[in-house]
Amino acid sequence: MPAENSSKQTVAPLECTGVSKEFTVEARGIKALEQVSFTLKKNMVTGLIGPDGAGKTTLMRLCMGLLKTSAGSLSVLGFDPLRDRNTVLAKVGYMPQRFGLYQDLTVQENMDLYADLQGVALQQRGERYAQLLDMSGLTPFTRRLAGNLSGGMKQKLGLVCTMIRPPQLLLLDEPTVGVDPVSRRELWNIVYHLVEEEGMAVMLSTAYLDEAERCREVILLHQGKVIGQGTPSSFSNQVQGRTFQVQAEGEHKRVMQKKLARMNQVQDALILGKSLRVVTEKGQTLDSKDFPGHDVQVHAVPPRFEDYFVATLKTKHQKGGQAITLHTAIQESDSAVIQVQDLVRTFGSFTAVDHVSFHVNTGEIFGLLGANGAGKTTTFRMLCGLLPISSGSCRVAGMDLRTASAQARSRIGYMAQKFSLYGNLTVGQNLKFFASAYGLRGKHQKRQMQWAISTFDLDQYLKTESGMLPLGYKQRLALAVALMHEPDVLFLDEPTSGVDPLARREFWTHINSLAEQGVTVLVTTHFMEEAEYCDRLVIMAEGNLLAQGTPEEIKADNSDREGATMEDAFIHLLEHNGAAQ
Amino acid sequence: MKIESLFRLKGMIRKEWLQIIRDPSAIAIAVFLPIFLLLIFGYGISLDAKEVPLAIVVEQHGQATDSFIGSFGANPYFTPRHMGSIQEAENALKNAEVDGIVWLQHTFEQEYLAHQSPPVHLIVNGGDANTARLVEGYVQGIWANWLNQEARLSGRKMNSPLQLEQRIWFNPGVRSTEFLVPGVIAVIMTLIGSLLTALIIAREWERGTMETLLVTRMTVIEMLLGKLIPYFGLGITGLTISLLMGRFVFEVPMRGSLTIILAASVLYLLVALAMGLFISTIARSQFVAALAAMIGTFLPAFILSGFIFDIRSMPPLVQGLTHLIAARYYVAILQTLFLAGDIWPVVLKNSAALLFMGVLFFTLVILKTNRNLEQQ
Amino acid sequence: MSARLHALIIKEFLALFRDKKSRLAIIIPPIVQLLVFGYAATFDLEHVNLAIWDEDHSPISRELSARFSNSTAFELVGHVDNGQEASTLINTTQALLVLHISPQCSQSYHQGESCPVQILIDGRNSNTAMLALNYVRDIISTYNADLLEELPNRILPVQLEMRARFNPNLVSRWFIVPGIVALLGMIVTLLVTSLSVAREREAGTFDQLLVTPLRLWEILIGKAMPGLVVGVAESSLIILITVYWFKVPLLGSLAALYAGLTIYILAIIGVGLMISSMSTTLQQALLGAFLFIVPAVILSGFATPIANMPKFMQTMTYLDPMRYFLIIVRRVYLEGAVLTEFGHQLWPMTIIAALTLTAATWLFRHRMY
Repeated sequence: MPAENSSKQTVAPLECTGVSKEFTVEARGIKALEQVSFTLKKNMVTGLIGPDGAGKTTLMRLCMGLLKTSAGSLSVLGFDPLRDRNTVLAKVGYMPQRFGLYQDLTVQENMDLYADLQGVALQQRGERYAQLLDMSGLTPFTRRLAGNLSGGMKQKLGLVCTMIRPPQLLLLDEPTVGVDPVSRRELWNIVYHLVEEEGMAVMLSTAYLDEAERCREVILLHQGKVIGQGTPSSFSNQVQGRTFQVQAEGEHKRVMQKKLARMNQVQDALILGKSLRVVTEKGQTLDSKDFPGHDVQVHAVPPRFEDYFVATLKTKHQKGGQAITLHTAIQESDSAVIQVQDLVRTFGSFTAVDHVSFHVNTGEIFGLLGANGAGKTTTFRMLCGLLPISSGSCRVAGMDLRTASAQARSRIGYMAQKFSLYGNLTVGQNLKFFASAYGLRGKHQKRQMQWAISTFDLDQYLKTESGMLPLGYKQRLALAVALMHEPDVLFLDEPTSGVDPLARREFWTHINSLAEQGVTVLVTTHFMEEAEYCDRLVIMAEGNLLAQGTPEEIKADNSDREGATMEDAFIHLLEHNGAAQ
Repeated sequence: MKIESLFRLKGMIRKEWLQIIRDPSAIAIAVFLPIFLLLIFGYGISLDAKEVPLAIVVEQHGQATDSFIGSFGANPYFTPRHMGSIQEAENALKNAEVDGIVWLQHTFEQEYLAHQSPPVHLIVNGGDANTARLVEGYVQGIWANWLNQEARLSGRKMNSPLQLEQRIWFNPGVRSTEFLVPGVIAVIMTLIGSLLTALIIAREWERGTMETLLVTRMTVIEMLLGKLIPYFGLGITGLTISLLMGRFVFEVPMRGSLTIILAASVLYLLVALAMGLFISTIARSQFVAALAAMIGTFLPAFILSGFIFDIRSMPPLVQGLTHLIAARYYVAILQTLFLAGDIWPVVLKNSAALLFMGVLFFTLVILKTNRNLEQQ
Repeated sequence: MSARLHALIIKEFLALFRDKKSRLAIIIPPIVQLLVFGYAATFDLEHVNLAIWDEDHSPISRELSARFSNSTAFELVGHVDNGQEASTLINTTQALLVLHISPQCSQSYHQGESCPVQILIDGRNSNTAMLALNYVRDIISTYNADLLEELPNRILPVQLEMRARFNPNLVSRWFIVPGIVALLGMIVTLLVTSLSVAREREAGTFDQLLVTPLRLWEILIGKAMPGLVVGVAESSLIILITVYWFKVPLLGSLAALYAGLTIYILAIIGVGLMISSMSTTLQQALLGAFLFIVPAVILSGFATPIANMPKFMQTMTYLDPMRYFLIIVRRVYLEGAVLTEFGHQLWPMTIIAALTLTAATWLFRHRMY
């Protein structure tokens, strides 16, 4: 970049002063942002962290002049985004959550389009293209249609298109959502590179709390308000001395978690493979002496950003979550409930699932892990009987659900990836319909509906249209519908995608207590941390099984160092796999 | 700045064009839909009654009856079916086996010879009022001809003091195809122009690409032009196909000059595109846009443009309403240019109306399109 | 009926009617279309622009001119003096027709010869031209008869007496408006059924439905019921409007009308479900519905008679359920027909309904994704 004028030295890349934004939805005002004030620093990556609905996207749109503030003022590189719109647009790069790639255009054509739109002179393009393509690793794919790229490559292309004209400030709205860990790591490297080489300021929003630690500075946003700004460690230091790792011999991790959750001094207990991670209440510690008569080891561990987040935002009400109790006990059996043998599914010449085999035992939580496009959902849909199989077999409780009798389907529960209940029916109407559809009637129906309403705390929303529910409640309703008929096997397709970390924990509390009662759970996820909650799991990539086993086995087999995370193992696996090809 | 603007425009046009050629449905709408609709409408809609089945009941034959009935056999409009009794004929009429009955009672011959002016009864099925009217007209014509012929043969003086001589201009064969095909072309241009454009901007909203376009420095005009020009090309393709089919498949005469036909069509295409853009600025989902385009542009072009139903036959209130329908002006221009020739007053008056509507819609589009995400 | 099916049908109705937009979409557009069609779709001429070119200036020519300008069919827009002016008026569509009375008219009449009366008419809309000519003929015939009466020994050798059964005044609205029952019944039913599955597919709820113990035929019945109820109810509303607003006589049996309507709607539901099973998005479903509606309407004889079509197209009309129902509607309204007269319409529609419904079930089973 040529030397910029002196104003760059003095003017902050972004300055918000008392910014508020209100939307009117169905004649009701909704406060998306309330009195937001902060100043962005130059030459670094600042993370805008917050759960879904915190106001991250609204804030970015305000910066680009796509929305008008209700109150307060915004200064982007010293300019007003509305008054000096064209100046701001020329100096700021913005990558929306769903970047506007044209799926039916090739990588090259997309780049040309944005070069044209951003007014990049023809003679500058060659060099810039080469540089960006090289950095993103897209050079071999310039002739491929954007729609045929993997999720990670699409995001990289989006970033490339945003960067064709080098901006001074880069705004990235959740660039890593749904991207596999390898691509995620690469994206981060590109971002770091940009900050170093081109000296730009980057503001990046994310709902992944582990990404906070990759930022130099973090702005924590919750329900439209700024909770704090500072380095990631300045946040996690606030819970210093309250974080512990607990390992119990001879106790099942889920039993142990339940025990911990009931302890007074414990605020949060999270399963991490074989052990548990615990955050204690303010001023409290944990010790192995707290577990008399048990072989329990407790180590203090350094705090993470996520610990602070949970400790600050988890309310008493949410603590522990409500445990689910089913009415009818499930018969234990040793045989595998789900058996998948040489499963293949092709779409035309494309093989989505390529000779996959695994089995799931009764009462297990079984994870199907992989990035978008790995073949998880295709496998999942074949298991549920929603998609015909090309070859091989998959049996649930000894049956192929596609040909099994309707009655057999009443033994399974199903929760789809995106909210898929009737949006314009009320919560009560949805419950009633699905209860009847599963053949519950009379007193039994009434009892089960009552159970669902009280277990999932749906009382206040009974007459609300389910499409209007807050995200967390939508997910509760979906789970309630999947459980009302007390299935033996529960299928969950990316149940926590897009849900904030607190709701995710609550959700897993429910799942854990179901598994304890003998329900077999098959869950797909792209959150690596959720793999730790599973008893066993498989990792998929490009339709193949890369690994199979317990979380510990997978981590041990695929990492060279102690204390590796599931994400490390996953990256190792993918890289190894790529080298093999 | 000027150069950048051209770059942006070029980029948009090329992008739209690539999307069109990679999406078979756009080509299908521009190429196959016109052919499909022209075939369906061109052959399926015809107001020309020919070979109408007509029951003929002659209760007592004679020279006069046979001569009168004979003139039906030679007529291309009718297929006479002789029946024994009026009851039989009435039944046939009720069962829609015949569309009319010509009934000569048994006293006919006798009264005719006695110069008592006997009646020929014509009974039509009024259920289909339009066909009934046409049958009445044809029979009246046959009757009048027969009277004159009789007069000449018998050497008597005239039977009718006034003798009608009709001269049908522009369409002497009275083929309804000749006025329906220009109307069909107008309907097709509406469909291509409005429906396609209504969908393309809604598609940008649905796929999330609009947000990215909005943060480039592209102006509203550049974006609209970038969308218009490729789809204009597509519309011209549809127009060419329609004109060629009209001329060579349906053999509609083209008495006006091709240049003016093309110029008027280009003008109308722009108005249709502007209406499509207008819909798309209001509707942000493809589904709503498609419904609005159907109800707001296609149906009125069908019913209120004078394409099948003559505007002159509508009640005054509805006639007033038709002035808001752009297709009506285009149908008027096309029917005149195809059948009558370059009649400037008609062309100019209607073109002026089209021009006004085009400017109006473009202005509305520019005013309503904003470069932010705030809902209006 | 099983409790499951019962719950499913209730759900389908709730899903359709709880949404304000779809509620409006089902009710408002059909009514608007009915009114517009009812008023705009007419072949009857009133106040057609007429100019007179009288070169005779005699009592006879004046009387003839008066008869034309007093007729409700015509509206006098002016007098012209030469052919140039006459053709300008027609060319610029200011006049549909010009009545030309030649200079020797009254002279020839008094000499006992026919006087030629020329009508110049704009044939751009050939149908309008033909209808206007009918009115012209009527006026001239009547005047001829009147003139003859004044003359001794001059009578017409033969008169023409015309009568129309079922619609004595030949009001074309009586022909078009009952047809709208069939037209809108089809549009509404087709939209409701063809879009409902596509909407569930887009929302992901169709998967949720398929993993419940509901059987495929139960799901199909659940999907068909709103179409049937809405289709029949909407048609009933339109029937009421045609009778009480447009004053079209409804002479025949309602039993025949409703028997036909039910089978017709079932046939359309079959088509709607077929479109549903083949489309994965709302847009495809909408396009499918459009591609069915347009030919079905044209081939039914709704706007122009089937008899006027080329032979191969006439054969194709036998596949169109609307063709049969249109005959039933029109005959029940105007001819007062009863159920027993419609054997030839009911059985082909029943076969079409059976075929479309079977095909839809088959398609759903085999093309679930």
